Amino acid sequence: MTNLDLARLQFATTSIYHFLFVPVTIGLAFLVALLQTTWYRKRDDEYLRLTRFFGALLVINIAVGVVTGLVQEFQFGMNWSAYSKFVGDVFGAPLAMEGLAAFFLESTFLGLWLFGWGRLPERVHLATIWLVAFGAALSAAFIMAANSWMQHPVGYTLNNGRAELTNIWAVLTNPVFLWGYLHVLLASLVTGSVLMLAVSTWHLRRGSQPEAFDRTARLSLTVLLPAILFALLVGSHLGVIETTYQPMKVSAMEAQWQTCQPCSFSVFQIGGGKNDETPTKILAIPHLLSLLADDSWDGQVVGLNELNQQYQQQYGGDFSYIPNVFIQYWSMRVMAYLGCIVFLFAAWGLWLVRRKKLRTAKWFLLVAPWAVILPFLINTAGWMLTENGRQPWIVQGLQTTSQGVSASVSTTMIWISLTIFVLLYAGLAILCWTLMFRFGRKEIEPAPELGESGASEAAAMTY
Amino acid sequence: MGLQVFWFIAIAVLWTGFFVLEGFDFGVGMLHSVIGKDDAERRALINTIGPFWDGNEVWLITAGAAIFAAFPPWYATMFSGLYLAMVLLLVALIGRGVSFEFRGKRESDRWRRGWGLALTFGSLLAPFLIGVALADLLHGLPIDANQEYTGTFWDLLSPYSIFAGLTFVSLCLLHGATFLSLKTTGDLSDRAHRIARTQTLATGIAVLIFGIWTQVTIHHGAFPDLLSTAAVLAIFGAGWLLSDRREGWAFTMTTFAMGATVLSIFIDLYPNVMVSSTNAAYNLTVTNASSSPYALKVMTVVAVIFLPIVLIYQAWTYHVFRKRIGTSDFEPAAEPAAH
Repeated sequence: MTNLDLARLQFATTSIYHFLFVPVTIGLAFLVALLQTTWYRKRDDEYLRLTRFFGALLVINIAVGVVTGLVQEFQFGMNWSAYSKFVGDVFGAPLAMEGLAAFFLESTFLGLWLFGWGRLPERVHLATIWLVAFGAALSAAFIMAANSWMQHPVGYTLNNGRAELTNIWAVLTNPVFLWGYLHVLLASLVTGSVLMLAVSTWHLRRGSQPEAFDRTARLSLTVLLPAILFALLVGSHLGVIETTYQPMKVSAMEAQWQTCQPCSFSVFQIGGGKNDETPTKILAIPHLLSLLADDSWDGQVVGLNELNQQYQQQYGGDFSYIPNVFIQYWSMRVMAYLGCIVFLFAAWGLWLVRRKKLRTAKWFLLVAPWAVILPFLINTAGWMLTENGRQPWIVQGLQTTSQGVSASVSTTMIWISLTIFVLLYAGLAILCWTLMFRFGRKEIEPAPELGESGASEAAAMTY
Repeated sequence: MGLQVFWFIAIAVLWTGFFVLEGFDFGVGMLHSVIGKDDAERRALINTIGPFWDGNEVWLITAGAAIFAAFPPWYATMFSGLYLAMVLLLVALIGRGVSFEFRGKRESDRWRRGWGLALTFGSLLAPFLIGVALADLLHGLPIDANQEYTGTFWDLLSPYSIFAGLTFVSLCLLHGATFLSLKTTGDLSDRAHRIARTQTLATGIAVLIFGIWTQVTIHHGAFPDLLSTAAVLAIFGAGWLLSDRREGWAFTMTTFAMGATVLSIFIDLYPNVMVSSTNAAYNLTVTNASSSPYALKVMTVVAVIFLPIVLIYQAWTYHVFRKRIGTSDFEPAAEPAAH
């Protein structure tokens, strides 16, 4: 494997891994803040116990999310130094803003929340968990602004072989960013609420503390249904936006080699990989692709071959500008199909809640804990779709991925770092998820005394 | 004052803030199993930095991101040149970071010992490597005309940079021990106090030698600069204050010493940001490595708004958790709701 392959593999591995934890943090922090707010308003001790129960899961998850974020922050310079030099002017700004405006907030107030039980006034303590949730969500905004610039560069000028920032406002109102960020927030809510639902239904099925877990099952379903519905709708609109700015990405995800008008949507096909231009279409829905990509009944989708010719004329070079079609085609379908399954599943659950049958719904309670896998598959597929679809560009239209890699880093060095990160991350995953399972299956602890007389050490979630 | 200079100063301040804050929690990490004899004691020690360490570490992340935004070639050349050292640093920070949350989550001796080791060695390795890295910027690395690092891993480890790493480890030990003597009660405080007093001598001498070596390295004669001298005096001042058990003032002194030592490196570095040992013409400087004026202006607005806010809420956190912590808070019997 070349340096380029290895560096890409390392970036893909560490980023996909990091994003297993990020949406849980964003989604679950919001839900825990809701639980604590409900406790604060209603003075129902069940909610206090639930806040602390799911808070413990949140904190275990954040621990890994934070440390793997360190790798993300540094590896642009480590493996992609030519890219970093080229884009630092534009791309570095949102990263630095993330640190100053969001990450400080999230980390500092997480410490205050964890250790502030019984020590801060209740109202102030409630504010700290909201600031954690806000900081986590804001953090994602800056990262998405940076990423969206790679998909659709705006607000810059090229000067001395570097992209220089000319309009920060354009970067922060990039349509790819606005819709992409909304999509990520909704996906995070889906992830957090499916996780909460899975834990709650696991307990409900065993009849352990049904009074408490009935509350979180209902809460998570109430958040889940609209979140997944809007995630699907926003995702669909994002497809239309990407057709405008990254047509190659969309044509590749439909394995659409020839230009079509109107275009049918391939539900399932066999073949259609890198060089296979004649896949066996098993099932196709007429006009649906036109609708998805162009928002119109008879919309045109330009084929990969025609786009490739355009790109070769525009950017030069006789290599192919077509990304890996197999990854594009299937990551889009895994994301969309599983997303629809989660939607149906949430509707089923909410219907049971309305009929007051949730606690006795044998099948639902049997299936629901397993559903926890789905959002992680969906999120991973979504990122593969976005990032693989940008290839061979690292910044769409400005720099190819092969031009961005560090010249001074040898193959051996990347092998060493890749091996270390894979082993370390695998170990962390096992430990983190074992702990999540243990804590997720625990009985909820009794509500602590949070007297006005202050500092009861026992109440603080100390290390 | 140009924005390039402003951002060089801002980055120096971020690194200083990082070492001043995370420095003592590195020290606590290194010392927690030396000073703490049983689990309750170790938990008490770790909990002195419990609410702070995560926020402290963001100073490092922000320092890195600020270099990326304000001086992209500096970020690119430094992080790719220090590649394997960066990998080691990340491993140290990851092991240490998760150890805080994971350590107390199971009632097993082996589990807790394992995470205790991750905490100890992560806290030792991180300041060492960062010390080496900062010294390398000043001492010079083989960098060619294209701002690419041309050396190997071993070129990062000059005697001077290794000594810088050790100096920072020593400073963190002193800073951490002083912090612990200030933040704990009874036996724990006494033990930390003893270690801090012994450590003042070693650290004072290390910082003095480092100050002299730095001046020799940059050919400025053989006398330490004003800041390094002040740092050495502050360390011995801390020793004197400790012998009176005026721990708050001693901690102020070690804070000053840490900050002055980091700042002195950046002052000696200016106007370079990375020195090339290949040819002085290839040095990365605040002018040839900086972002465009517009990008710096945007970043300045953001920093001027948010840095003071960060300082306010972090200071408030230290105020909220100002109480000393004792072992009795962590005896097994008195621990119903903690994990």
